Amino acid sequence: MGREITEAIVDGILGGGVYALMAVGLTLIFGVLDIINIAQGILVVLGAYLSYVLSVHLHIDLFVGLLVTVPAMFIIGVAIQWAFIRPLRGRERTSMSLLASYAVAIIIEGVLYLIFGSNYVNLTARYVTNGPKIFGFYLDYIYIYGFLMALLLVAAIYYTLYRTQFGRTIRATMQDQTAARIVGINVNRVQALTFGIGVAVTAAGGMVFGATGGGFNPNTGYDLISRLLAIVILGGLGSIAGAMIAAIFMITLEAVVDVVWSPSWSVVVFYAALVLVLAFRPQGLLGRRAARAQ
Amino acid sequence: MSAQTARRPAAGGLRSAAGARLGGVAVLLVVAAVFPLVITNALYTQFGVDTLIFVTAVAAWNLFSGFSGYISLGHAVFFGTGAYTVGLLTQHWKVIGGTIFALLPLGGLVAALIAVPFGLIALRVRRHTFVVITIAIFFMFQLMAFNFAFTGGNNGLSTPFFLWSAAEYNNPFYYAALILAVGTILLCWAIRGSRFGLQLLAIRDDEDRARGLGVRAMRVKLTAFVISGGLTGMVGGLWWFFIGQALPQTAFNPAFDLSVALMAFLGGFGTLAGPVLGALILEPLQQWDAITFTNGFVGEIALGVLFLAVILFMPRGLIPTGRELITRWRASNARRREPAPGGAPPGGAAVAQPAASTSQPSTGTPSTGSIR
Repeated sequence: MGREITEAIVDGILGGGVYALMAVGLTLIFGVLDIINIAQGILVVLGAYLSYVLSVHLHIDLFVGLLVTVPAMFIIGVAIQWAFIRPLRGRERTSMSLLASYAVAIIIEGVLYLIFGSNYVNLTARYVTNGPKIFGFYLDYIYIYGFLMALLLVAAIYYTLYRTQFGRTIRATMQDQTAARIVGINVNRVQALTFGIGVAVTAAGGMVFGATGGGFNPNTGYDLISRLLAIVILGGLGSIAGAMIAAIFMITLEAVVDVVWSPSWSVVVFYAALVLVLAFRPQGLLGRRAARAQ
Repeated sequence: MSAQTARRPAAGGLRSAAGARLGGVAVLLVVAAVFPLVITNALYTQFGVDTLIFVTAVAAWNLFSGFSGYISLGHAVFFGTGAYTVGLLTQHWKVIGGTIFALLPLGGLVAALIAVPFGLIALRVRRHTFVVITIAIFFMFQLMAFNFAFTGGNNGLSTPFFLWSAAEYNNPFYYAALILAVGTILLCWAIRGSRFGLQLLAIRDDEDRARGLGVRAMRVKLTAFVISGGLTGMVGGLWWFFIGQALPQTAFNPAFDLSVALMAFLGGFGTLAGPVLGALILEPLQQWDAITFTNGFVGEIALGVLFLAVILFMPRGLIPTGRELITRWRASNARRREPAPGGAPPGGAAVAQPAASTSQPSTGTPSTGSIR
């Protein structure tokens, strides 16, 4: 039993790193645009399908393929923001944008069903089913590579946010949109680019998810988004560090419950943990209380 | 507050319009009452029952979400709870025949009881976080329905055979649904005009300010949540009788939450007639969709596109947008009739202003954007 728990914890931390990447994208979008991108889950699946097409039909390596899929998802993100999020104005903007991104999600889901059908597919490569023996169990390389890549990308996002001029404009917009506008920041441009970045990370996250999670189909998006939402809320909306901590905590918790209790209850525990934490700390782990007035 | 005071002058000036509205409601009721007697095709009466179930569900959802501004995407919890409660009771007591409808209030009661802890947890947070918590709690319930033994797991619960004649099989369900729908709409109407309803609208406009003025926000929100949940539970029970089987993924269905929200937004979020109109338009459309496109995904894409079109082109819904158009048309007519120099344009604006705030009682804070 002890060995299985160790395995679950290692799996959880490595898998949690990938969820952290996807959740950072979601929380970044929230911080800058003040909307929750419900389409994030299906965009991860879309990213995974893009990798699938490249690797099956063009025989491009999964990691090399990211050079294509990440920019592609960035453009898709900017386009979604430009077409459906930017035009929303007025008092109900928040709930409207939530519903608009939901609508985008079901359209993408329908299109994916039309193209790929409902069969589960897997991303495969040599390193997906191969790996070293650590702590007495086999660990596929993809978990390690995926975790390292997620770490690298999150670090890159951190660097951009805290060490570059562009990152400063993003943080300024997160803090106070009106003030940012007054000091001469082009808020519309920052919002479009941030949405693009938040969606671009789903290409990388989706690739690793497609190779490690036991297969995916267009319906997998619901499962993903409910998990990602739970993670970003637990971490505190708009908090990047919170999203990373919450991702690793939640995915590890789920993996451990899976082993010590039962797979069918692990997801219940996942949501129960969220509800329990919020009952005592409504703003999430690292969230600021009432960061924005209603 | 602003909604009620603003409505008075508009309604007072247009007494004939109020009469016309009353007449319209009466005609609609008569049409609804004789519908299954005139159109006996089982397919269409089935559409009718489905639509009335959604009219009730959307009106109940709007009673909480539309009036208080807290968007719940977890009302399927109450729908499913009602279905499962009524289902388990029917099996346990072996109820068959017309008395089954007497069980519906029990389904509503259990759903309302569940709404209390649900609300106590979820209503502590606002906006996005509230939405996400309702989604999380919804998934917990769906998973519990899958996992517990007494819910039948993956197989769900099936209804007993009802022994009424096949030709008019849908009719008992139709009239039960009609009674539920009319009752729910009447309740919404009564609440909207009451002190309690005004407190809800005040919370929607500005919760902190409402609290400062002495509104016990938590109690008011929770009461609305429980009433709304109870009504949704009752209609969930009826749905189970009608559809014949409750599965975890159909009774606790994420698409239910989404459809309900879409219907309310299509018609006019937070208005009285809007959600009803939205359900009357959209549910038959969805049913028609389901039988026209054998490939369900085309229908899904169409639903998404329609959803986006509504959000982008009439973000406030059909009823407020339509009302605004009528007001503007009237104002321009009035201006043309009496071209008093200088006096007419502000007069026209004054007519347009209160009507606009009736449809959207949230215009009390027009300057928030610039302050932030």
